[in-house]
Amino acid sequence: MCLGIPGQITAISDADKLMAKVNVSGIVREVNIACIVDEEHTVEQCVGDWVLVHVGFAMSRIDEEEALHTLRLLDELGELQQELDAMEASGVRA
Amino acid sequence: MTDWGEQTITLAHGAGGKAMRDLIQKLFVEGFDNEHLSTLEDQARFDLSALMAQGTQLAMTTDSYVVDPLFFAGGDIGKLAVTGTVNDLAMSGAIPLYLTCGMILEEGFPIKDLAKIVASMKATADAAGVKIVTGDTKVVHKGAADKVFINTAGLGVIPAGVNISAANAQVGDVVIINGFIGDHGAAIVDARGELALESSVLSDCQPLNDLVQAMLKVCPDIHCMRDATRGGVATVLNEFAHSSGVGIRIEQSSLPIREEVRGVCELLGLDPLYLANEGKLVAVVPKDKAAQVLEVMLAHPNGDNSAIIGEVLAAPKGKVLLKTGFGGERLLDVLVGEQLPRIC
Amino acid sequence: MKFVDEFRDSQKAQYLKQAIHNLAQQIEPTLSRPLQLMEFCGGHTHTIFRYGIEQLLPDCIEMVHGPGCPVCVLPMGRVDDAVNLAIRPEVIFTTFGDAMRVPGSTMSLLQARGKGADVRMVYSPMDALNLARQNPEREVIFFALGFETTMPSTALTVLQAEREGIKNFSLFCNHITTAPTIKAVLDEPDLMLDGFLAPGHVAMVIGLQPFEFIARDYYKPLVITGFEPLDILQALWMLLKQIAEQRCAVENQYARVVQPTGNKAALNAIHQVFATREHFELRGLGSIDHSGVGMTANYSGFDAERKFAVKPLTVIDPKECQCGAVIKGLIKPWECQIFGKACTPETPMGALMVSSEGACAAYYNHGYRSAAA
Repeated sequence: MCLGIPGQITAISDADKLMAKVNVSGIVREVNIACIVDEEHTVEQCVGDWVLVHVGFAMSRIDEEEALHTLRLLDELGELQQELDAMEASGVRA
Repeated sequence: MTDWGEQTITLAHGAGGKAMRDLIQKLFVEGFDNEHLSTLEDQARFDLSALMAQGTQLAMTTDSYVVDPLFFAGGDIGKLAVTGTVNDLAMSGAIPLYLTCGMILEEGFPIKDLAKIVASMKATADAAGVKIVTGDTKVVHKGAADKVFINTAGLGVIPAGVNISAANAQVGDVVIINGFIGDHGAAIVDARGELALESSVLSDCQPLNDLVQAMLKVCPDIHCMRDATRGGVATVLNEFAHSSGVGIRIEQSSLPIREEVRGVCELLGLDPLYLANEGKLVAVVPKDKAAQVLEVMLAHPNGDNSAIIGEVLAAPKGKVLLKTGFGGERLLDVLVGEQLPRIC
Repeated sequence: MKFVDEFRDSQKAQYLKQAIHNLAQQIEPTLSRPLQLMEFCGGHTHTIFRYGIEQLLPDCIEMVHGPGCPVCVLPMGRVDDAVNLAIRPEVIFTTFGDAMRVPGSTMSLLQARGKGADVRMVYSPMDALNLARQNPEREVIFFALGFETTMPSTALTVLQAEREGIKNFSLFCNHITTAPTIKAVLDEPDLMLDGFLAPGHVAMVIGLQPFEFIARDYYKPLVITGFEPLDILQALWMLLKQIAEQRCAVENQYARVVQPTGNKAALNAIHQVFATREHFELRGLGSIDHSGVGMTANYSGFDAERKFAVKPLTVIDPKECQCGAVIKGLIKPWECQIFGKACTPETPMGALMVSSEGACAAYYNHGYRSAAA
């Protein structure tokens, strides 16, 4: 059971029951945020968070730094490949 | 217009007596308002020579409409009952002219809701340039039907020289759609409220006959055309591929899909290619006419997000391929049963 | 950044494709047969087919589609139990859409609804709890299924019901656990797997530690993987690197979502409400030790099995089915004798044809119906 979709928390709808509104490409749905709040990250601080939504629960905050890191890595991989291709084209490949 | 207050449909409204006569007069005859209906004969009558002036063949079709809920964002069962039948006629290239209207009403149904449905049918018929010329009303016991079922049959005239068929696709032809896919299906999922989503997706419910006539003007030789209702775009493409004995390949990246419809599909694990539409046609046209057809479609209010989505191939015969954004290809098969939201 | 389209970028896919091919060229001379890499999770199977990922891979890589589709591995007897619960007049039986069509020995939940059972599809267990609030005179049962990804949601729903004192809500619990299921696959003597793409959303809940035995005891490289197509390609590249460097470790491709220690709040909820069963049956794999969870004694009031005295039914899978061999990668779906003949998505006989996530259904629906296709 794996269908998890990124969405952004836009508002807290019921702080006692830990329910918040999440926006997934313009579709809004109420989700439970029990898995992403603790002493260091309060209910109110969740507004604006990007989270992974699974069956009506925000299961995890999505780490933008890590996402950017992954994407940068792939770009570097591309650059490396282009260098290799260029070397191969000029016949200097070892 | 009559104010129906809290009145509801009773068995008397279907019993043939005064209650029924009053309902028909006040609701349907005044509501649909045209010279054919107001004669109150048992049948509508047409002047043949007037029909023959418009084309060489008659087209006739029927469809029944059951939808839950009756009213949804962007439409209602009345609008659906007119557009659906108008579009079924239009897909043959016919100019739709006359519709019938059969209604099965559940005892206890609020008459003011019925009046809303009738008004919606009339407005849609006017917009499509058709008349609702004869009808029938039956009332069944509470529980024997779900609120209201509507059947409409339609009559139209096909202009000379037009020959559109699902079996006419030729290798090299181009596949075109007149806008965003899946809007109706997504709007209905939302309107049912079972899944507690909030969205602003409207049903795309719209008559397509005027658009089709505009397309025929620049390309009288449209090969195939169908409206992508139940089963969605994927199902229509499979029908073309199967009937014509050709392959069809469509490009994922060229499919027009609204952001919100994508959202509904991502959340629920649905595929927009199988979602229902009520105002979308898929046409297969000769390659040398594709640009011109697309141009008139884009200029038409019912086609302002039209796009070329694919092409007809010699093989694999009877199959539809989807080229993914990644350069891979996969088969786009016919759906087995109803598409259910998935979570895994 | 919306975390979706960025991970479906075709340019970056080309980079990865090239990198994978380069590594494969390096490894190929050392191979006596193609590498067999298993994606455990049905969600990964879905992405692989949806984006045509196998067509981007070199010939020396074969994907094996594992048992991680909880709908597919739901035994027929449990579906029968669910149907028996659903047809009770006082019951509103709620379920995810996936489970509606799974055949029992006599009927599916969808067919039970056709016969008058009050079966309702919900998006979230919280929606089922809502139905219990709105219908105090009825008994609302939620068909709880899924691996650890879904467990926190049902556990937290039970805890919420307890807080509100809602008595007419219960779970029919069929949750299963990932590690024992992978272990059952690994213990297969004829196994030829060379590495795993591990389920990212399970790891999001349980962390990396439960996967470590696979590298440590079975010497298989493993990469925790996200669900977008670039995630899968990157994870395959990471697996190949491990193989090329003759390493086996648990690596995390999905760091934007998966914390190494998992999710504490989710794990607490799971441990409060659920306890491991001694064994649980998985369709196609048979009975596996510790592969399922039931509800702890403290929450027996929310356990539909106890509340309605369900006597678990056992139904033997049709003997022609070779689902187990497919799941373990011993045969390809089309090599099963009933694939596409007696067993199709319209009339599924085996577990893997049941859900669109199942390997056989995916092969069938996407046109891979023989070795030639």
